[in-house]
Amino acid sequence: MATTLTPPSPAAEPEEPPAPEVRTGLSDARRVGIGVFVLLLGVVSIVSFGLGSASGLDSRLVLSRAADAVQVPDIVLPARVTGLVLGAANLFLGAALLAGLVRHRVYLVLGIALGLFAVALLTWAARGADTSVIGLLDGTLFRATPLAFGALAGLLCERSGVINIAIEGMLLTSAFVSALTASASGNIFVGLVAGMASGAILGLFLGALSIRYRVDQIIGGTVINIFALGLTSYLGARVLSTYPDLNNPGSFRAFGIPGLERLPVLGELLFRNTIYVYLMFILVFGLWWALFRTRWGLRVRSVGEHPRAADTVGINVLRTRYRSVMLGGVVAGLGGTWFTLEATGEFNENMTAGKGYIALAALIFGRWHPVGALIAALVFGFTEELQTRLAVLNTPIPSDFLLMTPYVVTIIVVAGLVGRSRPPAADGQPYPPD
Amino acid sequence: MSTATTDAPTQPPAEPPDDGSGGGGGGGGEGSGRGAAFGAALWSRLRALANALLLPALALFTALVIGALVMIFTDPNTLNQWSSFFADPVGALKASWDLVSDAYGALFHYSLGTPEFFGRTLTEATPLALGGLSVALAFRAGLFNIGAAGQLVIGATCAGYVGFAFDLPAPIHLPLAVLAGFAGGAAWGSIAGVLKARTGAHEVITTIMLNYISYRVLDYALRSQRFRPPGRADLISRPVHDSARLPIIDVGDVRFHAGLFLAIAAAVAVWWLLERSTVGFRMRTVGANPFAARYAGMSVGAMYILAMVLAGGLAGLMGTVNITGRPSFTLTSGYYAFLGFDAIAVALLGRANPAGVLGAAFLFGVLRAGSTGMQANTDTPVDIIVVIQALIILFVAAPALVRQIYRIKAGRATGQSFTTNWGL
Repeated sequence: MATTLTPPSPAAEPEEPPAPEVRTGLSDARRVGIGVFVLLLGVVSIVSFGLGSASGLDSRLVLSRAADAVQVPDIVLPARVTGLVLGAANLFLGAALLAGLVRHRVYLVLGIALGLFAVALLTWAARGADTSVIGLLDGTLFRATPLAFGALAGLLCERSGVINIAIEGMLLTSAFVSALTASASGNIFVGLVAGMASGAILGLFLGALSIRYRVDQIIGGTVINIFALGLTSYLGARVLSTYPDLNNPGSFRAFGIPGLERLPVLGELLFRNTIYVYLMFILVFGLWWALFRTRWGLRVRSVGEHPRAADTVGINVLRTRYRSVMLGGVVAGLGGTWFTLEATGEFNENMTAGKGYIALAALIFGRWHPVGALIAALVFGFTEELQTRLAVLNTPIPSDFLLMTPYVVTIIVVAGLVGRSRPPAADGQPYPPD
Repeated sequence: MSTATTDAPTQPPAEPPDDGSGGGGGGGGEGSGRGAAFGAALWSRLRALANALLLPALALFTALVIGALVMIFTDPNTLNQWSSFFADPVGALKASWDLVSDAYGALFHYSLGTPEFFGRTLTEATPLALGGLSVALAFRAGLFNIGAAGQLVIGATCAGYVGFAFDLPAPIHLPLAVLAGFAGGAAWGSIAGVLKARTGAHEVITTIMLNYISYRVLDYALRSQRFRPPGRADLISRPVHDSARLPIIDVGDVRFHAGLFLAIAAAVAVWWLLERSTVGFRMRTVGANPFAARYAGMSVGAMYILAMVLAGGLAGLMGTVNITGRPSFTLTSGYYAFLGFDAIAVALLGRANPAGVLGAAFLFGVLRAGSTGMQANTDTPVDIIVVIQALIILFVAAPALVRQIYRIKAGRATGQSFTTNWGL
């Protein structure tokens, strides 16, 4: 998704644009643009966070909780000096980008700059008070979970060549189904499985629309989203509000991994969670292994990149696509149950609120790779968590603007920072081509 | 792949007459008069029109049937009847029939039953027509404008602000408000257009994100002193002044506002732009095949931007006729954003051509206007309308599915492609 228009190749054969795909082939314009952006971050840090804090105020960054066995000492930063120093560091990085001193690993530099900016923002927001870093990271992981599941669902579909805009609808449907079934059966695991099954059914539906009926895949996905929203709202109004007992599924509890949970910082963060966080990590690395290290993965990818070649060597293109899309539906269904069985403990109308689309952006940002998708989901999760924390900390930024942040960041990421993110070559094209 | 598929319904009616008259002349020999040829041409034109209408009609019918099934299987009383189906089969069927006929009866009664309700339907159809034109125009340029909702919100915000912040005579005030609404929507739409043209960011993602951002922008505005009526703490704006309201028109007992004429004028303008102007030709070419367009020397990026500006402006007008024409005349949080999604359905059902969009908007106006009466009188939640709409789009977008259900032979190639993929 880079520079102007390298439009889709109509045939199955992908024709890469002549621009050579070099690892460091970042255009000067983009580097300069990123440089200016980093400079801006530095200026904001110095002016707002540095000069904006009265001198003498400290920010205390808390790294462990009172109940932890191993106590890690808090980090105390003087707010004003931190803002100034980190701002200066960003000015330096921006200048280095502009001057062309950094040409390789521009995105790494950008990541560092954003990290410095986030720390400066946090120290400024928490000046004269404590802020729990562990809580921030924990919240990040919490909010990243549904995004990661959504992005992995999209990954499975799109690696096999079917665009999945319907992640949002799958999440919402599964959230509804899991609330209903878990409440009706009184067993939360029934809800989990039923949610996954509903995702698989929608996956089959999306597969039938795009593979068999050759509907424009973006429109097919949109139809599923509108349909899911209408049906869950209708049933919510008709069934769940009449029988509130059917909307009381309960929620999963966190449990620790024996031994590992005693680790300082990491134990609290990674090894004392609900089933969803563990499943997310298992899925990310499982999918990476399955897609890039097994015969099945090679087949899925070949069907998404060059279906005709795959067909020639005897791979059943359509069947492979159906399976991948349904598997993607299962993953999205799993993510959908998170909303009811982990986050809120009940179903609310349109409770996914665009998370499925943000997951899609995470997939693109993560360059159609499981680990990349996880990192992108964490970035989006961090933005969301930061937004809620800033809202609590009573910053002068209006709350409405804070609420925009995840969406603005998504646009910036998709438009500006993704760089040349190449989708699977046959993504969105029916097979055999018309 | 995608020859502006959207032409399909309009062009076949235009071309077959030649075939028909040619065939008629050849078969009849020298003796056949001009009348016969004319008759054959008319007949073939009518048949083409009927063919073009057949699939949308079947789509509508199927959607209503499935909607009825959803109603039956979610209604506790009817389900009770079905559980004793073997004891009393007639009772179960009768209960289902009553449920569905009551709901649909109310739906159509409260939209078409009396002149008064008909006027309400026209009023509901007006913004839908403008929104449908917005999405349709973008479709023709190869863009999927999911952002009509956000453009509507921003357009309504701008038009509303002009409407209540200034005191002007009506002949200036109303046009100024309309202009502000168009400009606001156009500016909001242009963001997605520029991002697409300059960075390749796919419009589906950017417009969805812009939707969410627009709701926050409106909330922020509603919190400000400029918008809030004195003495109110909730998220609501002051009402638009009388001088900026669309005039009410009475034809007999049918009451509607002048926004309807704006919508019809917009449809004519879009038709002229797409079918009769050079810019429109370029836009359609870009939509059909961006490679060919660029090869022919057209600026693809400029067309994307222009299409999104115009689409945004039309969606902004959709918000404008709402805020200046719909009683209450006040902005509220998330102002009628759902109409932006109805607009997608209207554009698809209307096959992205202006006349089709007007017809589809009328149909959806019927559903919208009737649904509130239906909910009030039969307890069927209005959300059933969204289900029916989604089904209509589904069947319109998947003609092969409808053909399979009704065992209709494929008339022409089915490949439909409105949008561009990620790679762009």
